[in-house]
Amino acid sequence: MSIMIGLEIHCQITALKSKLFCSCSTDYRNKEPNTNVCAICMGLPGSLPLLNREALRYGIMVALALNCSIPRRIIFYRKNYFYPDLPKNFQITQYNAYGSSSIGVGGKEIVEGKEIRIRRVQLEEDPGRLVYEGMARANYVYIDYNRSGMPLLEIVTEPDFDDPRLVRAFLNKLSSILTHLGINPELEGAVRCDVNVSIDNGKRVEIKNINSFKDVEKALLFEISRQKSLAMKNIEIRAETRHWDDTRKVTVQSRSKEEEEDYRYFPEPDIPSLIIDEDLVNSIKSSMPELPDARKKRFIDSLELSENIADILVNNKEFADMFEDALRFYNNAREIANWIVGDLKGYAERLDELKVTGKHIAELVRLIDDNIINRTLAKQILAEMVRSGEMPEVIAKRINASMISDKQELVDIIDKVFEEESKAVKDALRDSKAINFLLGKVMKHTKGSADPVLALKLIRHKLNIQQ
Amino acid sequence: MDAYLLSQEIRNGNVSAEDHIARLLEHIDRVDKKVNAFITINENAIEEAREIDKRAKRGEHLGLLAGVPVAVKDNISTKGIKTTCASRMLENFIPPYDATVITRLKREGAIIIGKTNMDEFGMGSSTEFSIKGPTRNPWDLSRVAGGSSGGSAAAVASFESSIALGSDTGGSVRCPASFCSCIGLKPTYGLVSRYGLISYANSMEIIGPLTRSVRDAYLVLKCIYGKDEYDNTTHNINGSLDLIDLKDLRVGVIKEMIDGSEEHVSKAIYSSLDRLDLADVNEISFPSLKYALAAYYTTAMAEASSNLARYDGIRYGISMNPEGIEWNRYYMLARRNFGEEVKRRIILGTYILSAGYYGKYYLKAQKVRSMLTLELAKIFKDYDIIVSPTMPILPYKIGEKISDPLLLYLSDIDTVLANLTGIPAISVPCAFKDGLPIGLQMMTRHDNESILLSAAYAFERVSNLRSEPMI
Repeated sequence: MSIMIGLEIHCQITALKSKLFCSCSTDYRNKEPNTNVCAICMGLPGSLPLLNREALRYGIMVALALNCSIPRRIIFYRKNYFYPDLPKNFQITQYNAYGSSSIGVGGKEIVEGKEIRIRRVQLEEDPGRLVYEGMARANYVYIDYNRSGMPLLEIVTEPDFDDPRLVRAFLNKLSSILTHLGINPELEGAVRCDVNVSIDNGKRVEIKNINSFKDVEKALLFEISRQKSLAMKNIEIRAETRHWDDTRKVTVQSRSKEEEEDYRYFPEPDIPSLIIDEDLVNSIKSSMPELPDARKKRFIDSLELSENIADILVNNKEFADMFEDALRFYNNAREIANWIVGDLKGYAERLDELKVTGKHIAELVRLIDDNIINRTLAKQILAEMVRSGEMPEVIAKRINASMISDKQELVDIIDKVFEEESKAVKDALRDSKAINFLLGKVMKHTKGSADPVLALKLIRHKLNIQQ
Repeated sequence: MDAYLLSQEIRNGNVSAEDHIARLLEHIDRVDKKVNAFITINENAIEEAREIDKRAKRGEHLGLLAGVPVAVKDNISTKGIKTTCASRMLENFIPPYDATVITRLKREGAIIIGKTNMDEFGMGSSTEFSIKGPTRNPWDLSRVAGGSSGGSAAAVASFESSIALGSDTGGSVRCPASFCSCIGLKPTYGLVSRYGLISYANSMEIIGPLTRSVRDAYLVLKCIYGKDEYDNTTHNINGSLDLIDLKDLRVGVIKEMIDGSEEHVSKAIYSSLDRLDLADVNEISFPSLKYALAAYYTTAMAEASSNLARYDGIRYGISMNPEGIEWNRYYMLARRNFGEEVKRRIILGTYILSAGYYGKYYLKAQKVRSMLTLELAKIFKDYDIIVSPTMPILPYKIGEKISDPLLLYLSDIDTVLANLTGIPAISVPCAFKDGLPIGLQMMTRHDNESILLSAAYAFERVSNLRSEPMI
């Protein structure tokens, strides 16, 4: 059974300060309804759209990141339809027809070895929000235009996906790319993903209303199994648009795809067409933030991290950022990466919940490398560090945790242990693996603060002498 | 008194702005019940005039239009003053902001005397499609004043205001100027900001002055023109607007427009050109002109159907109690408040843009526009000014053409060319026939307002047609 999945992703350009066609703030969340508005995004009579040039830069950056070609000239179009959340009863968007193109076309992205073709990237404005009071049995619909005019990037792929898992991998990668470009897809409502799925080259079903990347795989799995079971029973799968019900985690019928709405597209007369010259594209290319793939390669090639570790870092930008920040203070890439990926990550999903910075981790690793503390202690220090934000030396001093590296001190302790554990010593003389028992005793004696490497060396030395 | 002189006298303190406005309001009171040029009178006008006088006494700098009354077409947003577009849809709508042109006029000390009558949303050529009834031609009250800026033209012609602002989408400033015997200027598309102009066909329309003299038109343009950060389609010009002495002007008359006019109209055009004593007046043939009217209406109606989609009674304008009504039905009820002509154009416009027809109609019309622009470029190699009648007919009786929309559309035949191509055009009074005004239209290259106004100024001096209608 063959599966074809295509994606249509809408992502708010959260990095911008103003909306796409007016100077209202993009920081609309949690504001009193209908206060983050102006004449333009409310569509008052006589108002005209004023293009936010920064949005172009972000559109071009995302298009470049997805390996699209950038056209020489772009035009905005009107998509005409009536709906209460659309103040002008048309949306200003882009359109690929009649020789005109959106901000990026014909791109590709490779995910787990498979090439996914990107059909287009386009800029458009968000409508307002409809709020149904009382959910399904609402008597009223409330309209809030705070979001109206938010800049959106629409990214459409060809139906090159054959597996929901691959879709999830792609979305993770896209998330990482967007984050690296300064766009935050994690904000509530910042990203919407519609999908198109068909099995065995059958009719295409569109699923809308998936409000997070995480739900996409779930929705696809449900829908594919729904279509499969229909097929098994020889029931016709209808081409339609279905609605993802977030609460019940199912897809529900919404409207038939046969009646496609006629949007009467025509070029927006209030925004002159824009020439995008090579110089602009080149300057954006050269000043673009490093993308995840390139960063990962650099981690592997120049910093000698393993692919696995590099992957984890790059897919969680804040960890990669902390890693590179730490490197400024101390140059042990592997160790630092391990501590971040292995230990720190376990403490919180998001780094800004913890009080540590790159400097903290760098200093921790330096203390270990200098044999001032051992690993066990380091973990203890880390646990406190993430809570208090204190530097590792401070914590180490406080718990009096300087590793005992004074040779003479250790020799005295080892002598004591040898006296107490004569049987173990005999065992160790016969079987070198039994040395660990002796080392354990030394560690116990010193409450874990002995330098284990040095202690082991001294124990061996003493055993050799005794042989 | 011309606006030019009036503002000078007010700046010097020789004339009191307050007195002038007060007398003007009395005049309006007497005359407007017959002419019906105004929808709303600015109740703060006298107070604003008083302020101007105070500042003049204090020796403060006052602008180029200090104390000059300006009548504003009711589709141009004026903060705090009702802006209705002569439609039930916006009957009580008060904009929270001023159009850029209004801001600029106020900066120069102008006083908004009131908002003028028009064809609803700018759709019409006679100012008969208005919820406030028709505006009557001051020269013959049984006849139309032209449209859609009929109120503005009538106000200026009947001395109810010194100057007025109108909007010109297919001739809406020039047509009433011609019918009311005043000056009507349509600037180059993009030279004057449309911010605050309630859109009808936004790829073609522009705000322009209606005045009693060319010099006043120049003065108003000087105050309102230029790039505006609130309108992405505006631009600045390289030269200046100033009137210049013209030498060796090459003038062409468009044959097809002359041939399409009534006989007394074409006679009047030719005889007035004779008076100019120009070296070079030739007849030009412009065969593609026959597609212009179709291209204009196709484009205008399509854009109107989209520009007027926002009027659904939800955010502003006419509203109803939404209790118990689902949104589709609410839209339907709200949009019943458009007049017949507006509905007609929205329906046709929707059809023009609909699936399968876009290429056949709208796109084709845009190609015609490009073709016309290219042909004009060729003409302007050999000619500096092209001349035609502004209207092919004399002002007709009120009610005469209203039952046949197509008849009305046909009267735009001389004016749409300038809107389709963006070039500037001006109508100047040319003659009277049986007491009814005939206007002569001049057009020139993009951004060449200086040449256009200078030619019009020279013509005005020679025709010497100024007078006042008996109302």
